[in-house]
Amino acid sequence: MERNDLSQALGTGVVIEAIESMTGAESIAPEHVGRGRLPATGYVPKAVTVDPALQREVETLLYRQAAMLDAKAWADWCGTFSQDGIYWMPATPDQTDWEGQPSIFAEDGLLREVRMGRLQHPNAWSQAAAWGTNHLVGNVIIESAGADRVEVYSRFHMMEIRRDDVRHFAGSYRHSLVREQGQLKIALQRVDLTNGQGLYEYVLQAWV
Amino acid sequence: MSAIDLDYLVQPDRVHRSVYTDQGLFDLEMENIFEKIWVYCGHESQVKKPGDYWTLQIGRQPMVMVRGEDMRIHVLYNRCPHRGVMLCGNQSGNTGKHFVCSYHAWSFKLDGRVSAIPLAKGYDNTRLSFDDPQASMVPAARVDSYRGFVFASLSPTGPSLTEFLGDSKVAFDDVCDRSPEGEVEAVLVCHRVMQRSNWKFFMENQLDCLHPSVTHQSSGVPARRVENRLKAEKGEAPLFFHYLSTFASSFDQWDSVQTVNFPNGHGVLKAYMGLRPTDPDTLEYEALMKKAYGEEKAEEYLSRSIHHVLVYPYLSVQSPLQQLRCLRPIGPDRTLSEIWHFRLKGVPEPIYRRSLWYFNLVNSPATMINADDLENWTKGQWGLQSKGGDWVSFHREHGRDTETDSASYSNRGTSEVVMRNQFKAWKAYMKPVIASSVA
Repeated sequence: MERNDLSQALGTGVVIEAIESMTGAESIAPEHVGRGRLPATGYVPKAVTVDPALQREVETLLYRQAAMLDAKAWADWCGTFSQDGIYWMPATPDQTDWEGQPSIFAEDGLLREVRMGRLQHPNAWSQAAAWGTNHLVGNVIIESAGADRVEVYSRFHMMEIRRDDVRHFAGSYRHSLVREQGQLKIALQRVDLTNGQGLYEYVLQAWV
Repeated sequence: MSAIDLDYLVQPDRVHRSVYTDQGLFDLEMENIFEKIWVYCGHESQVKKPGDYWTLQIGRQPMVMVRGEDMRIHVLYNRCPHRGVMLCGNQSGNTGKHFVCSYHAWSFKLDGRVSAIPLAKGYDNTRLSFDDPQASMVPAARVDSYRGFVFASLSPTGPSLTEFLGDSKVAFDDVCDRSPEGEVEAVLVCHRVMQRSNWKFFMENQLDCLHPSVTHQSSGVPARRVENRLKAEKGEAPLFFHYLSTFASSFDQWDSVQTVNFPNGHGVLKAYMGLRPTDPDTLEYEALMKKAYGEEKAEEYLSRSIHHVLVYPYLSVQSPLQQLRCLRPIGPDRTLSEIWHFRLKGVPEPIYRRSLWYFNLVNSPATMINADDLENWTKGQWGLQSKGGDWVSFHREHGRDTETDSASYSNRGTSEVVMRNQFKAWKAYMKPVIASSVA
C-alpha cells in the first residue's frame, strides 16, 4: 500500500455506539447462562448494640481459641467447647444442619478426642514433617446477646506451612456461645471455608 | 523414544522405579491407556435436567458430560472448534439450550452440533462449512452407562463397557443392590484432593493389607480407646468409631483378609468391617430389602463380603458405604482424586447417615486416614527418584497364591499379588504401544 493510500484509509472510519440493541452473544443464544452451579451466596451478619465488656470478652475468647490452634495446645482448644459442643465445617455454605449432610469436619467432643489423640500419637507419620499455622481473627460482630446464648460472627485467615509448602485458608466463623459457671463456652462453632470446595493440595490435619 | 524393554521394567516379582517417575512412560500411559479405555465420567443423577453439565478429564483431554434435550447423556470434548477455547470453564452448571463460546459466541446444541455462528456470511465461499463435523464440538467416540454410572471411551474400537469392567462391575451392583429400589443418587459434593504421587501408588495402596496398622495406627488407636470406653460405659458405641478403630488391628488380623484379583488389574478387598448391627434402623432397612427382593436375594446383597472394589486403573469403589474415588492423572508425580458419595434410594435416613459418617471421617478433606496415606505416597514418589536402588519389591507370597482362569485369590491378606496382578494388566496395555513405538 502506498503511503498516501494508508493516510486515506486511516482518515475514515466508524464510531461504534452502545445503542439499545441485543449484544452479539444475546442474539445468538438469549437463554444461555454461563455461570456455574453454586449460587454466589453470602451471609451478612446482623448487629445489635452490646455492652463493650461483653464485646471484649467474646473477642478475647475467639483470639485465644485461635492462638491455641497455632500453639498446638489441643487440650486447651478442646476445653473451649461446652460439654455437648460441636465443631462443624460444612462442605458448602448453603448447609444448615451439622448432621445429615456432607461436611469437611463434623465433630462432637468424642471425635475431637480422637483427632487430638491422632495429633499427639508418636507415630502420626504426617505430623513428622515441620508444620505450623498462623491464624488471624477479626471483624468480630455480636449478632445477638441473650441471657444464656451469644451469637458471634467473625472472619479468619489462616496461613499454614508444611515442609516448604505454604497454603492459605480463610472464611468466616459463627460461634454460638453459652455461659457455664460464669465462663463463655462454645456450643457450636460453624466454620465456612471460602476455599472449602477448592482443590486440596494436602488435607487438613487439625481444626481451622 | 529409545527402545523400552517392558520385560525388564516389569518382572513377575519386582518393577523398575521408572514406571512411576518417567515422563515418557506417563505420556504413553495417557495416550494408550487412559485415552482409549472406558473412563468414568460421573453418575447420571449429576445431570438431571437438559443443559446440566459436569466437566471432567479423560487422560489429558478436557471433556464435558451434559444432559441433552432428548434426555440422552452426551460426553463431548470441551473445546470450541473455532479457535480452540474451552467452552465450559466451570466444574458444573446448567448451560441452557446451548453451549456458547465466551470468545466469539459460536454456539452449539447440547449434542455438540453447531447451532449458530455470528455473521455467518463471513464464511461464504471459504473452506469452512457448517455441515462439516469440524465446525461442531467433537463427541467422545463411545458413551455407555452401567446402572446409572456413565463412562466414555475416546477410542471407537475396543472392548465394550461390560467387557472392560469384567468382574469389577460388582462394584456398581453392590452399590445399587443395597437400595430396595436398586438405584442411587449422587450427593452433589465432590471433594478434590491432589496426590503428589504416581496414580499407581493409590491403586496399589487400596488393596494393601500390610499398611493399615502401620500407617493408620495414630487414628486407629485413639478411636479404639474411645470406642472401648463407650462400650464399657453404655454397652455400645456408634458404628463410626469402628470405621476408624479397625485400622488399628494387628498384622495377623489383616493377614486374614483376602483379596481377589481379576483380569485387567481389577480387584476386591473382602470385607473386614461389621456393617450389620442389629439396631432398630438396620432391622427396618433389612426388612425393606427383604420386601423388595425376597429373603434369599436380600441376604445375598446384604452379606456380600466386599470392603471395596478396584476398577483398574483409576477407580476405587467402597460399595457397601456407597463411596467412590476416581483418579485423574495429571503427571507422573501428580494425581487428582475426586471423591463422591451416593445416596441409596428408598432407605431410612439413618442408613444414609451411617455411610455419611464414613464419607466425613475417612473421605473428606479433613480425613484422619488419608492424611497419613498421602504422606506415604508423597515420600514414596520422592524415594523413587533415588539411585540407591532401581527395584520396587513385590515378592511377598510370590508363587503361593491360588490362581484360577478368572482370578487370583490371595493366600494371605498381605500378599503382594495385588500389585503383581495390576502390573500384569499394565504390561498388557503397554505392550502393543511400546512394540509400535519401537518399530
